Amino acid sequence: MVAAIALIAFFAPEDADQGLSQKIFYFHVPIALTAYVCFGWGAWKGLLHLWQRRPGADLESYVAIHQGVIFGALTLVTGSIWAKISWGVWWAWSSNQLVLFLVLFLFYAAYFMLRFSVEPGPRRANLSAVYALFGVALIPVSFLAIRLANDFIHPTVFTSAGPQMSGRMFATFCVSWAAMLLLVGTLYHVELAGKRLDSRLRELRELLA
Amino acid sequence: MTAAEKYVAAAYLVVFATVLAYVLIISLKLVRLEREVAELTELARARRVREAAPVG
Repeated sequence: MVAAIALIAFFAPEDADQGLSQKIFYFHVPIALTAYVCFGWGAWKGLLHLWQRRPGADLESYVAIHQGVIFGALTLVTGSIWAKISWGVWWAWSSNQLVLFLVLFLFYAAYFMLRFSVEPGPRRANLSAVYALFGVALIPVSFLAIRLANDFIHPTVFTSAGPQMSGRMFATFCVSWAAMLLLVGTLYHVELAGKRLDSRLRELRELLA
Repeated sequence: MTAAEKYVAAAYLVVFATVLAYVLIISLKLVRLEREVAELTELARARRVREAAPVG
């Protein structure tokens, strides 16, 4: 993360068109892509739960979606700040990518309402897994929306012709994304370990009572 | 400080503050779990003493 910040500050050149404000790109896009990865990972774990009844897959799916929602909220906030500088508004309802990302975020935010409205047990795990799997269908829609709908508001950096930026910018972006994945991976394992420990302690308390 | 600099700083601060808050919440949870482990250890120790004590 320190390397990524150093590269953003000292190595990546300023964008000729947007100037300094383009530096938000190095956090905003990796955070958005990491949110997609988290939702995808949560859906994959949900599938493993339904398909193989793998123990712990439900908890892993829950933690991944929890991380995804945090990173999704950060995507919306950093994107909104960037929009304010670039477009002069905090939000543009006419941008399909923005609206579809918001739909994806709200869909996964509702996951928690569903999960905690059902008593703990196999029913909760099954419903959560099915919901996580449905949500994953929104990821390609959200990702491809800008390309399919010719959205002129939200910029498209990654096209079929490759990344539309200089080598130094692309290198900085890659390091930032790697740092973000490393961060989310670490947070995922820490949160998962905490939740597993919590459930084992509850079990132990019941045994000792 | 220009307006662009302020907005860029705000965006980075939001990310930093969120990660910091997350780490803080996790650390508070770890403190709670540590306390629970200590309580359960005490409970298990007391039970062992009770079971080892002669009946009557």
